[in-house]
Amino acid sequence: MPRYMLLLHEAPATGPAPDLSPEDIQAVINRYKAWRQSLGARIQLGEKLKEEGGQALRREGSAGKPGKVRILDGPYTEAKEILGGFFILEAGGYDEAARLSESCPHLDFGWIQVREIEET
Amino acid sequence: MPSLPSLVDHLFRHEASRLVARLTRAFGAEHLQLAEDVVQEALLTALRSWPYRGVPDDPAAWLWRVARNKALDVLRRDASWRQRAGAVARTLEPPRGGPHSGDVATLLDDELALVFLCCHPALPRDAQVALTLKTAAGFGTSEIARAFLETEPTVAQRLVRAKRKLRDQTEPFEIPAGEELAARLDSVLEVLYLVFNEGYATHRGEEPVRADLCGEALRLVELLTRLTRTAEPRVHALAALFCFQAARLPARAASPGEVLVLDEQDRSLWDRELIRRGLHHFECSARGAELTPYHLQAEIASCHALAESLEETDWARICAAYDVLLGMAPSPVVAVNRAAALVRGQGLEQGLKAMEELRTDPALQGYGPYWTAWGEMLGRAGDPVAAREALSRALVLAEGPPLRRRLEQRLRDLG
Repeated sequence: MPRYMLLLHEAPATGPAPDLSPEDIQAVINRYKAWRQSLGARIQLGEKLKEEGGQALRREGSAGKPGKVRILDGPYTEAKEILGGFFILEAGGYDEAARLSESCPHLDFGWIQVREIEET
Repeated sequence: MPSLPSLVDHLFRHEASRLVARLTRAFGAEHLQLAEDVVQEALLTALRSWPYRGVPDDPAAWLWRVARNKALDVLRRDASWRQRAGAVARTLEPPRGGPHSGDVATLLDDELALVFLCCHPALPRDAQVALTLKTAAGFGTSEIARAFLETEPTVAQRLVRAKRKLRDQTEPFEIPAGEELAARLDSVLEVLYLVFNEGYATHRGEEPVRADLCGEALRLVELLTRLTRTAEPRVHALAALFCFQAARLPARAASPGEVLVLDEQDRSLWDRELIRRGLHHFECSARGAELTPYHLQAEIASCHALAESLEETDWARICAAYDVLLGMAPSPVVAVNRAAALVRGQGLEQGLKAMEELRTDPALQGYGPYWTAWGEMLGRAGDPVAAREALSRALVLAEGPPLRRRLEQRLRDLG
């Protein structure tokens, strides 16, 4: 079955931590848990990307005259949104992948990009 | 599709209080706020990670590991800890045999020390209640505000002031011992009694939050019964009372937004397991010579909990318990309840007589339940005019739409 990568974009956590009670936090986690359970083994992997740090590498110069590689630290400091994490999802096609992602609670906090993984 | 169970109810709430207890033990009572901040960070880390990675196999151990690492970060980062950092870090070492639950006895000690700290006598009663709910029960400020019909800033202010006061106490983080224990224990019981009653009172605030108040008061009093030093007969008596009362909550929840008096409740919905636990505590409460108002209230509640119907209730025993209770702790409110029991135990005549005697009690002029009970009795005695007068007065005093609806219906019935 084709596999899809769900890229979950969200606003970076800045400023003081939100005043969420333990019960509020559990309620959000329970929603994600219920979503994952509804998908069973179709979710093959989910990972959270660290919010702190991160680097962007770019080669300076032009195609004919390549320069040296420049490393930019912390590309998120100015960003309005970051890539928070990803899921690998099995689905019959884009339609189904979108349908299964539609109920993901993440859509209340950010947006999801769905891309098919090219199998060779 | 396999369906795994959801997270244990209130897992975060209870783990939050356990983690705060363990960290306060390590940092010292004066650093309660720091412990709370570290725990909140750990919970938020779970909130960021678990949606992606899934819930770990042992959520409590995961939370402890993260909270512990964050605490160690504080010790490294903050120069003011330098001298004590080594000693504090050692108290954060995972106990042998398991990362979190390995040392159950120590954890119970820590949790109870936290309860005693929250009910510290230097704090006014409303601050003790708020702090117990926030810190020992893991409630959020907004949840406390909702439960007590107060604004969030008011509750937040109260908590800040309470913690500031505690910081100045330089109290050791211990369960009080020796002569001090009895008085401190009474203070804890009074706070838990208030919390439970706030949750149990009909027609105030939002239903789910209020059921949680009862649940937490019960959980904390049962923690006290698990430690020999604090498992006094009166503690068991209070635990029994809470169990018997809480057993009736499902019958009430079956008709949300309605006030159900005892004779209208579907007794098959009463929680048998809670009644069984109540009986166990009630038995334990009889060990020793101590007889407290909690004992008598538990006895009365046990008569209701064990009865198959209103008719089969042991009203004689209830009336006798009210008599002793009234002698021990005179209160017009208890007197009203006694009068209502007298109607069942000794007949309408005796009940009316007792109510009549209370009619001019200044404390009852603004107490709605008195006028409701008085009106109901007068109605049964065949005096609709006086009954209407009493119920109209109850209607003016009634809190919340469900009770008002009920009283309006009664007034219509009387014509």
